[in-house]
Amino acid sequence: MNLLQDLMSPEMAFMRCALLVGLLGGVAMGIVGTMVVTRRITSIAGAIAHAVLGGIGAALYLQRVWHVAWAQPLLGAAVGAVAAALLIGLVSLYAREREDTVISAVWAFGMSIGLLFLDRTPGYVDFQGYLFGNILLLSSADVWWTAALDAVIVIPTVLFFNQLLAMSFDSTFAELRGVRVRLLYLLLLIGTALTIVLMVYVVGIILLIALLSLPAAAAGCFARRLRTMMMLAVLFCWLFVGSGLVASYAWEMPSGPVIVLFAISVYLLSAAVKWAIGKYHGKKADQLRR
Amino acid sequence: MSMENMIEIHDLDFAYEGGATVLEKVDLTIKEGESAGIIGPNGGGKSTLLKLILGLIQPSSGSIRVLGLPPVEARRWVGYMPQYHQLDSAFPVLAEEVVLQGTLHRNAWGRYPAAARKAAADALEEMGIANLAKRSFAELSGGQRQRVLIARALAGHPKLLLLDEPTANVDPGAEEQFYATLNCLRRSMSILTVSHDLGFVSREIDRVICVNKHVVVHEGGTLDQATADRIYRHGVHLVEHQHGCFCNCGGREVHE
Repeated sequence: MNLLQDLMSPEMAFMRCALLVGLLGGVAMGIVGTMVVTRRITSIAGAIAHAVLGGIGAALYLQRVWHVAWAQPLLGAAVGAVAAALLIGLVSLYAREREDTVISAVWAFGMSIGLLFLDRTPGYVDFQGYLFGNILLLSSADVWWTAALDAVIVIPTVLFFNQLLAMSFDSTFAELRGVRVRLLYLLLLIGTALTIVLMVYVVGIILLIALLSLPAAAAGCFARRLRTMMMLAVLFCWLFVGSGLVASYAWEMPSGPVIVLFAISVYLLSAAVKWAIGKYHGKKADQLRR
Repeated sequence: MSMENMIEIHDLDFAYEGGATVLEKVDLTIKEGESAGIIGPNGGGKSTLLKLILGLIQPSSGSIRVLGLPPVEARRWVGYMPQYHQLDSAFPVLAEEVVLQGTLHRNAWGRYPAAARKAAADALEEMGIANLAKRSFAELSGGQRQRVLIARALAGHPKLLLLDEPTANVDPGAEEQFYATLNCLRRSMSILTVSHDLGFVSREIDRVICVNKHVVVHEGGTLDQATADRIYRHGVHLVEHQHGCFCNCGGREVHE
C-alpha cells in the first residue's frame, strides 16, 4: 500500500517512467529475445549492446566539444547499435567464417571507442549509469519512444510471423520457398539493436544481454510453439522488470543488477522444473516414441 | 507419360572461392519419373551437387537446368528434405507448423490460407502421420521427424523431390518405413537421393550416380558388390534390406 502511494507521489515521476519504459520495453524484449535465443545469436546481441557505448560516447563528445545540439546520447546509441548490427549481419551472411572475429572486434571496438570519447568529453558523465543502468536518466519522451518501438516490432512480427518462424527453424528451406531470409535476418538484427538501445537506461549495457535472453530462455522451458514462447517471454520480462524495479526501490539498490538476479533465479527455477517434468515423464515419452 | 528432363547438367565445373575444384566436367540428366541415388565418398561433391541443383550456389562454369529453368526459378516445383539432425532439435514448433512451411512463398504474409492448410493436412495424411500434427517437433523420434520433413516437402506439390541422407541417424524400424514410403512416392514424382547407404541405393532407385569430383553413372537398379567396388575404388559392403509398405499412396496421382 505504501509502495503504491509512493509511486503516485509527484517526486516519484522517475519511477513511474522507469516502470512504463520497462513494461512497454518488455513487449519488444520478449519478442526480439525469443528470436535471438531460438536463432542462437546472443553473442551478436552482446556485441551490438556493447557497440552502444561507442555511439553514446561519440554523441556526448559531439554535443559538448563541437556543440552539436542534436547529437543526443540516445541517437548516438541507436546509430552505433544499428551500424554494428548491419556490419555483423552482412559478415554473417556473406563471410560466415569471419563471423566470430567480427563479433569480438565490434564488441571490443564499441567499448574502446566509447571509453575514449567519454574520457575526452568535458564535464560530468554518468558512466556507470550507461554500463549498469540508471532509471534517473529516463524521461517521459523515452516512454513514447518505447511505445513506438513496440509498434515497429510487434506489427511486422504479426504480419510476417510464419516467414520468421520458417527462417528461424530452417533458413535454407525457407530460402528455397522464396522467403527473403537475408532481408529478414538483417531486419531482426536492426530490431534487436533498437530494442537494446531503448532498454539501456533500465538495465545498462553490460546487463542488457541477460534481460534479452533470460526471459526467452525461461519461456523456452515451457513453450511448445514459437508464438507461445514470445508471449511467455513478454510476461517474464514484465515480471522481472516490475519486481526488480520495486525491489531495487525498496532495498535502495541499483535496478539493473536486481532485475538480472531475478531473471537468473527464475530461469534456473524454470530449467529445474523442466528437467524434473522431463524426468517424470521420461518413461511415458519413450513408450510414445516406440 | 512424356519423358521430360527434370535435371540437365552440362559440362559443369565447381570450385569454392580460393579452394580446389570440387566438381569437374559433370554431365548428368535425370528424366521425369526417374528415381536416382547419389553416392560417393565424403568430400566427393555430393552435397555440392545438391546445392547446385537447388540453386543455393552457382557453378564456376557449365550449365544446369531444373525442369528446363535456372535452378532458382525452378524451386517452386522442387521439394527438399534436409537431414533432420541438422535442425535444432529443441526448437518450439509443432509438426503441423513445420509441414505448413512447405506452402510458403515469396509474398506470403498473415495467416496461412485455407488451401495451404489443406495441402499440409493432405501431406500429413499421405505420410501417415496426421495423428502427430499437434505434437511438438522436439518430442518426435528420428523417424517421425524425417516423415514430417518429407510431408513438408510434399506440401508444396513438387515435381522433383531431393532427399539428403534420408536414412542417416534413423533407427532400423523407421528406416524400413522410409524405404516403403519412397517406393510409393517414386511412382508420382522424380526423386534424387543423396545417401551413404549403398544397400538402400542398390534396391530403391533406378540409377546410381557416383560423385567423386567426376560423375560416374551406373545404369540399372541393382548395385552389386563388384560395381560398388569399381565405383568407390576401395572396399565397401552392401547391406540387404527387407521391408513392407507403410505409406498411404491413395491421395496422390500415380504415374505407371
